[in-house]
Amino acid sequence: MTSITANDVALGLKERFVDSIDGPLFSIALLILALGLATLYSAAYGNPARVTGQLANVGVAVLIMWLVAQVQPQTLARLAVPIYVVGVGLLVAVALFGEIVNGARRWLDLGVTRIQPSEMMKIAMPLMLAWFFQRREGQLGWQDWLAAGVLFAVPVALIAKQPDLGTALLVAAAGFYVIFLAGLSWKVLIGGAIAGAASLPLVWSMLHDYQRKRVLTLIDPTTDPLGAGYHIIQSTIAVGSGGSMGKGWLQGTQTHLEFIPERTTDFIFAVYSEEFGLLGNGALLVLYLLLIARGMVIAANAATLFQRLLAGAIVLSFFTYCFVNMGMVSGILPVVGVPLPLVSYGGTAMVTLFTGIGILMSIQRNRKLVQT
Amino acid sequence: MRGTHFGNGNQDLKRFQVRLGIAGFCVVAAFGALFARFFFLQVVQHDYYHTKAEDNRIAIVPVAPNRGLILDRNGVVLARNDSAYTLEIYRNRVDDLEATIAELAQIVEITPRDRKRFKRMLEESKGADSLPIRSKLTDEEVAKFSAQAYRFPGVEVKARLFRQYPLTDLTAHAVGYIGRINDRDVERLEEEGLTAKYKGSDHIGKVGLEASYEHALHGTPGVAQVEIDAGGRPLRTLSQTPAVAGNNLVLTLDTKLQKVAEDVFGEFRGALVAIEPATGGVLAFVSKPGYDPNLFIDGIDPQTWDSLNNNPDHPLNNRALTGTYPLGSTIKPFMALAGLELGKRTPEHTISDPGSFGLPGVAHRWRDWKPGGHGSVNLHKSIVISCDTYYYGLGNDLGIDNIHSFLSHFGFGQKTGIDIDGEKPGLLPSQEWKMKRFKQKWYAGDTISVSIGQGYNLATPLQLAFATAIVANDGVVYKPHIVRYVEDSRTGERREVEPEPLRKVKLNPKWLQIVKQAMVDVTKPGGTAGRAGMGATYNFAGKTGTAQVIGMKQGERYDEKKIAERFRDHALFIAYAPAEKPTIALGILVENAGHGGSVAAPIARKVFDYYVAGIRPASPVSADEAADSD
Repeated sequence: MTSITANDVALGLKERFVDSIDGPLFSIALLILALGLATLYSAAYGNPARVTGQLANVGVAVLIMWLVAQVQPQTLARLAVPIYVVGVGLLVAVALFGEIVNGARRWLDLGVTRIQPSEMMKIAMPLMLAWFFQRREGQLGWQDWLAAGVLFAVPVALIAKQPDLGTALLVAAAGFYVIFLAGLSWKVLIGGAIAGAASLPLVWSMLHDYQRKRVLTLIDPTTDPLGAGYHIIQSTIAVGSGGSMGKGWLQGTQTHLEFIPERTTDFIFAVYSEEFGLLGNGALLVLYLLLIARGMVIAANAATLFQRLLAGAIVLSFFTYCFVNMGMVSGILPVVGVPLPLVSYGGTAMVTLFTGIGILMSIQRNRKLVQT
Repeated sequence: MRGTHFGNGNQDLKRFQVRLGIAGFCVVAAFGALFARFFFLQVVQHDYYHTKAEDNRIAIVPVAPNRGLILDRNGVVLARNDSAYTLEIYRNRVDDLEATIAELAQIVEITPRDRKRFKRMLEESKGADSLPIRSKLTDEEVAKFSAQAYRFPGVEVKARLFRQYPLTDLTAHAVGYIGRINDRDVERLEEEGLTAKYKGSDHIGKVGLEASYEHALHGTPGVAQVEIDAGGRPLRTLSQTPAVAGNNLVLTLDTKLQKVAEDVFGEFRGALVAIEPATGGVLAFVSKPGYDPNLFIDGIDPQTWDSLNNNPDHPLNNRALTGTYPLGSTIKPFMALAGLELGKRTPEHTISDPGSFGLPGVAHRWRDWKPGGHGSVNLHKSIVISCDTYYYGLGNDLGIDNIHSFLSHFGFGQKTGIDIDGEKPGLLPSQEWKMKRFKQKWYAGDTISVSIGQGYNLATPLQLAFATAIVANDGVVYKPHIVRYVEDSRTGERREVEPEPLRKVKLNPKWLQIVKQAMVDVTKPGGTAGRAGMGATYNFAGKTGTAQVIGMKQGERYDEKKIAERFRDHALFIAYAPAEKPTIALGILVENAGHGGSVAAPIARKVFDYYVAGIRPASPVSADEAADSD
């Protein structure tokens, strides 16, 4: 209370700038980013602007991560409802006034910039549901589950209608993880799974032609080798031809002769896989697994239900992105527009991912404060 | 309350951790599944995908061989390959051809002729991937296009070798030309099983030696492994089996002599074939007028084609090879030989020529070209002054079938077998032929006309030269050929063409000598080519001839001045020199030039002057030069 020493200032700065950052989480993310940039350099061979652009994306995203890490989890909880309401409002606006790009109404033109509100739902959805379960903690009745179901279904339906099936699935996954972790009874889960399977034909009949085609192409890519099947065929060739050790950095023929479509964005894993082989794939899987494990530890140790559910959903969403992207590139999942976390080129995804990581850091830092 | 909450909270926490644990297990299982998939693709199926990736990136591209050169006997280049640029359109990669061409025209010059030529090729070569819209681009044009090339997917500048015929029309009828492979060529190549040999080639020999020696000239294509990108653009060559260039042709043709012969023809149409009697090698092969074979290489535009094809002078006709004309009096030395050999005449046998000839029971009288006749005529004189009446009687005594079989020995009525495709056999009539052709029996009167080379009686200028060479060579027959040898492009090894004599015509040297002497005297004062022979420093032998273009009615006289140019008689001359040891034999035909002695013989003289005595002609033969008679 008397004088502030230089040491105090240093400590204060450290607390402010360094302690808010979770070491293990951040270092694993940096390692993956490094691999991603090296791969991007190879994929964007001849276009170094992609690499510098990605570095700028990372810079912005890390700054946002740091800012989010400063925010108290309680503040996040207070923001949950407004963010969710704004998000759903924007989705409705998209449905009404959205711009049509490539046959889908996904973008909203704000005059200054165009935004894709479905992207913010990836965070807003788990935030809202976690806040809801926190609020109803200890007194959950069937009405609450029903209410949660409505909160879940409205944005998912709006996004699916755009149509953007990939994002709808990812947003749905994030919401589902909260509901699952909140303890939805196994009976409902299994019953729902059976009902879901039974309603597949109905879903099929509601799918757009291009969506059906993607599923059909997955089953047999050779039916359309120059059209929809081309992506899968070429990326599978890239992965397979990489072999156990890979062709070496900058040596991928599928990559450098432009056989891989979208090779800096959604299909960048084909580039990585071709050049670094099974060994590289294993390493990447391990890094992702470590990041997820760290996130789960944070979730398990979180102070409140809200924080636990939010952290768990964020980590499992992260896993989902990894799994869907790698599954798609290696030909076991249909082609949906999901980037590979921390590797694919793109600012929006990078910002979303680091926002999630920032939230995890905030939760990690605040666990002791409330528990004691 | 707080306590119960804590209890509940603990329970909740437990449940949450169990659920998180289940989720964690699922994560590990899912990643395990991914790893299994990677293992399957990258280890189990690696070879398969490796091959697929290699197939993607490596294209097997044929490398077209360089076509062999064509050189004359002195090494003068008649056909060579120059490198130049073409602007080619890949028809399958261009949606709107018209629009693309219109846009291209703003960068490089594309004339309406180029467009028409391109359209014509589109129809004729449906199998071709790319077709040239412009050829022989300048460096500046290449640079201009390259700067804009991104705007034109499916249009490429190609550096290519172009066939070039530097002597243009001088050797057009011998050398011929190559042209783009069209659909008909493709069919033919398929039938002959040669498709593989033409992978990567755009051109094929169409006419002349370029066509008849196609197999030797073409060469064998090589193969290159080229790395390509997803757009099919070649990036670099990985390995290459080089193409084997086609073999070179070295001709017996002497372009200097050819030039002299062409020049002395002046404005006349016609043909001249010069053969070296001791080998059968063709020294000169002239058909006037000629044309520029370079026009045909990358497709001729319809307008130019029409102007050549519908030209009244028919420059595309190879008169030396395919033009068939009545022999006229040039048949007489052969008839004389037949009379002697078959014992129907002796050198001493003399007739008194009243100026015409009649057959018992036939009202028609066959006139001699000289009204009133030549008086007392023996075999020698009959050749020197070209007496018709002598041969009317001789022909009648020989009969058509004897004439047919004897003249066959000299190559009449059959192809000579020269090494250019498309040769015409001419016509040497017989009883059998007339029956087959007209279902009519042969009349004695038919024989009378044939005896002086009129009637059913046709030969090509090549056949005239060939028959003359046989006489000059004392009956030893060499197949005429324009190619002296084929030179292997790799080993330099030479394959001689027709080095051995075909056969020998059995002739009594005594009779042969008599006829040959008479032919020498044709070119001496008093002979029908006496003026043409005047002042020659060497002796040469010859025989004049005139071929009627229109028939004359009985009692009608031929008046050169009254008759339109196109209906005037053709002038013929056969000759060899030097008379004692012949090195050159000629067959000459000059269309619508009148008597053989008047124009054709002076042409021969000038050719001999150059070839035998080394004297260059001062001027071409003109119509009013030397008025010798038939």
